Amino acid sequence: MLKGSAKRAAVAPYVIWSALFVIIPILLVIYYSLTMETDGKLVFSWANYARAFQPTYIDVMLRSGRLALISTAACLLIGYPVAYIMASREFENRSFLLFLFLVPMWMNFLLRTYSWLALLENNGILNTFLSGIGLPKLALLYTNKAVVLGMVYNFLPFMILPIYTVLKKMDHSLIEAAQDLGADSRNVFFRLVLPLSTPGVISGITMVFMPAVTTFIISDLLGGSKSMLIGNLIEQQFMKVSDWNFGSAMSMILMGVVLVLFTVFTMVDKDGEGGALY
Amino acid sequence: MGERLIDLIDVCKVFGQTTVLNHINLFIVKNKFLTLLGPSGCGKTTTLRIIGGFETPTAGDLLFEGKSILNLPPHKRKVNTVFQRYALFPNMNVADNIAFGLRIKKVKADVINGKVNEMLRLVNLRGFGKRPVASLSGGQQQRVAIARALVNEPEVLLLDEPLGALDLKLRKEMQIELKNMQQKLGITFVYVTHDQEEALTMSDTVAVMNAGEIQQIGAPEDIYNEPKNAFVANFIGESNILGGVMPEDYRVVFAGNTFECVDRGFEKDEEVDVVIRPEDVRIVESGKGQLTGIVRTVIFKGVHYEMLIDMKNGDFEFLWKAHSTVMSEKGSAVGMVIAPDLIHVMRK
Ligand SMILES: Nc1ncnc2c1ncn2[C@@H]1O[C@H](COP(=O)(O)OP(=O)(O)OP(=O)(O)O)[C@@H](O)[C@H]1O
Ligand SMILES: [Mg+2]
Repeated sequence: MLKGSAKRAAVAPYVIWSALFVIIPILLVIYYSLTMETDGKLVFSWANYARAFQPTYIDVMLRSGRLALISTAACLLIGYPVAYIMASREFENRSFLLFLFLVPMWMNFLLRTYSWLALLENNGILNTFLSGIGLPKLALLYTNKAVVLGMVYNFLPFMILPIYTVLKKMDHSLIEAAQDLGADSRNVFFRLVLPLSTPGVISGITMVFMPAVTTFIISDLLGGSKSMLIGNLIEQQFMKVSDWNFGSAMSMILMGVVLVLFTVFTMVDKDGEGGALY
Repeated sequence: MGERLIDLIDVCKVFGQTTVLNHINLFIVKNKFLTLLGPSGCGKTTTLRIIGGFETPTAGDLLFEGKSILNLPPHKRKVNTVFQRYALFPNMNVADNIAFGLRIKKVKADVINGKVNEMLRLVNLRGFGKRPVASLSGGQQQRVAIARALVNEPEVLLLDEPLGALDLKLRKEMQIELKNMQQKLGITFVYVTHDQEEALTMSDTVAVMNAGEIQQIGAPEDIYNEPKNAFVANFIGESNILGGVMPEDYRVVFAGNTFECVDRGFEKDEEVDVVIRPEDVRIVESGKGQLTGIVRTVIFKGVHYEMLIDMKNGDFEFLWKAHSTVMSEKGSAVGMVIAPDLIHVMRK
């Protein structure tokens, strides 16, 4: 065991690290969000926050929330069965399927999103195929659908992995006990497997929803100007409009929302068995 | 004899290369208490799992009321199990665990409540209904497992060492409680244990198993008094087991002496195992017995003294176990007498 002073010394690097790279940047963002540039000077003001609650921006936030929610739901609907199949005892190609879902993650995030451009474009692979078999072309690119598609594609592994981990860990004798007591496969699933896998589902939802609600790259590449998300909005303030103060306020609001959601989720997942990835 | 409820016919089970069950033939009579008794790893749990439907035999058949149920999934078998490792549902409290089977059967909520409370009382866990199962001790969990199976009043209850985690006193209480339940509710019990005393006191029939084979099936008294082979004799109670020969009917030679006995029907000079229970060795004054030996150890066991007696007869040496209510001095010479009807002769 380390003595008190030694323990404190061992913690020091992490304290310095988080001060430098977490706390100071956040303080800076807070500082920017609460100031306005007037006559070349920064003065205190709530105006940035007030502006963020204008209908245009509320719309953007709501759209972000909606698309992230749809993507998360889609990931859950696709991911749960996949995880379930992979974790089932009879399934033999487990490592292959896992590999299949993980391989895209080894590729650069931008690259794999760009590849969807080639697929969905007006003269892209999908439409060439469709017109090849005599079907009308689909205008998929630069729509909300494309954004959701991109999110699901990119974040699906984050849903599958934690659910798979909990299901894999689950004691098979519990399922036998339930069957023994007369439970058919439906009852086994709804009364036992599903409740026991909620920690995995919750961390899956967290891990998909968080990046989905903050992303700007996916909406940038696949969404049109119509599907601007809060991520894009913030990015614009910093990179294009150079309104750091408003960008900071939006960031703070987004962070607040994410923080509240995260706390709620972790409160539900009280056992912390979710096999979380971060 | 009652009606046969379950029949195991020539059941074999092979895992990979190892034969775990070797031609098991066993029938279970309705409303009776059958115990599978045997050392660790002899295949008791595997036998129960085959009856419960969690394992398919490699060969052989399993009948329920005369019809094969090999293709019936576990949830459709009229059998409930108390699992060796409890397998309680961690996402439910004690009461919900016990209510599980009844809820599946869509029993009315107030009926379920009544039955659950009755069970909690029976297994001595009143007031524990709302507790999460993880907060219980091993013995308490074991009793929840018993309650969870028993509450369904199945036709057959399979119990896999259900009292293994309990202390002696509670264990004795639960033995009586289980036996009462079995008789009162008329449930057929298939009970697994490696505790011979438990098997002998609770069962109507005991099946002694070893290395995947049934060694002997019979009433507890028969198993104890007439063990079929050296394994059973050794496993059930303590025994003196010696090699011997049968020169003719009613006569057996062992320990360098010829003894009268009640066994016959062996070939001339057939080699046999001779089993003598420690309590059947009568201690007499030195020189007045059929055998003589030196007392090596004396241990007081409450009701009797347990002695180890070192016997030498020519070049034959044997350490006898004997029980006696009279104490003999350590190091003293004693005589031993064995009555003809207390000598058990078994084919090798
Ligand atoms: N699924 C399995 N795969 C391989 N071997 C198994 C399997 N199940 C059981 N065995 C083996 O079969 C043998 C019998 O096991 P079983 O669990 O039936 O013993 P048991 O009599 O219940 O022992 P215990 O008193 O220790 O519970 C053991 O050697 C065990 O290792
Ligand atoms: Mg066992």
